[in-house]
Amino acid sequence: MKIKSIEDLKRIKEEAQKNVALREGKAKYKVTVHMGTCGIAAGARQIMSAVLDEISRRNLKDVVVTQAGCIGLCDREPLISVENGSQKVLYGNLTPEKARQVVVSHLVNGQIVGEWVIHTE
Amino acid sequence: MKDLSLHILDLVENSLRAGASKVTIGVFEDTSSDTLQLLIKDNGKGMEEHVLKHVFDPFFTGQNKRKKIGLGLPLIKQLAEQCEGNVRLSSQKGKGTELIVTFKRSHIDLPPLGDIAETLVALIVANPEVEFEFVHNVDGVEWRFSSKELLEYLGVDSPEDLPAVLPAVKEWINFQEKSFREGGVNDEN
Repeated sequence: MKIKSIEDLKRIKEEAQKNVALREGKAKYKVTVHMGTCGIAAGARQIMSAVLDEISRRNLKDVVVTQAGCIGLCDREPLISVENGSQKVLYGNLTPEKARQVVVSHLVNGQIVGEWVIHTE
Repeated sequence: MKDLSLHILDLVENSLRAGASKVTIGVFEDTSSDTLQLLIKDNGKGMEEHVLKHVFDPFFTGQNKRKKIGLGLPLIKQLAEQCEGNVRLSSQKGKGTELIVTFKRSHIDLPPLGDIAETLVALIVANPEVEFEFVHNVDGVEWRFSSKELLEYLGVDSPEDLPAVLPAVKEWINFQEKSFREGGVNDEN
C-alpha cells in the first residue's frame, strides 16, 4: 500500500494493532543495535531496519528495540545484543539477512543462533 | 560513511549521549550560494570550553572512564573541508550544542544525502523519549515534522508499539521527501 498522507499512516497503525494479541505486561526481549561510528560505518542502520521490518512483519509485540554505542569490538561490527531477563547474547559480524534470522530463531522460537554468538552472559 | 544520512545518524549519537531530550536535524540547500548545510542542534548538557577546543582531535574523547575515542566529528570535518566547506560548533554548558556543517553543494566529493528516512526511523525507535525535529529546506521551500507530534497523532504511547508502525513511518517520510523534491510542497502535518 502506498502511503500518501498521515491519514494513511494512521490507518496502517490501526490495522497493525487490530491483529495483535494483548501484550502481557513487560517486554520479553530487548534488542540493542550497537550504533557507534564503527557500527554505523559497518552497516548497523540496515541491521536496525531489518530487525524492525522482521518484528513488524511477524507482529511481535513483546520486543523493545534500542541502540547503544561502541563497545570496543569494532572489528566485529555490526553487533546486536538480545536480552531476555538475566540472559544476554551478543551477536557479531551480522548482515541484514543474518539479523532477520536472529529475530526468527531467537525471538520467535527461543533458539540462540550459536554460530554468530560472540559472547553470552 | 557512504552518505550524509549516516553521518547525521552518527553525529546525533553525540547529542543523545549528552542527554538531549530534543534534537533538531536540518538539511538546508541553497542553489544560489551553492551550499548545503547540515544542522544538528540539541538541548543536551553542552560542553565546557576546554572540551570544545579538542573535539575535532580524533584521539580525544569526552568519556574518560575508559580509553575510548570518538571519530564522528573529525570525519565530518574532513568531509566538509574536502568539499570546500567548514564546520561550526557552538556549545553552552547546561544549554546544548549546535553543529552546522557547510558543504559546496555541487562539489564532486559531496556524497548524496542517502536514506534519511532510515536514519530518522532508527533514531526514533531507539529513543522514543527524545523528540526529533527534521527540517529539509531547498531554496526557502521546506517540509518538516516532529517525531513527538507524529507519534502523538498516531497514538503510539509505548516503545513496544513502535516496531509495528515504523516501517509505515519510514515509507511516509520517503513519500514526503520524494514529493518535496519533485516540487510539490506538502503542508500536511
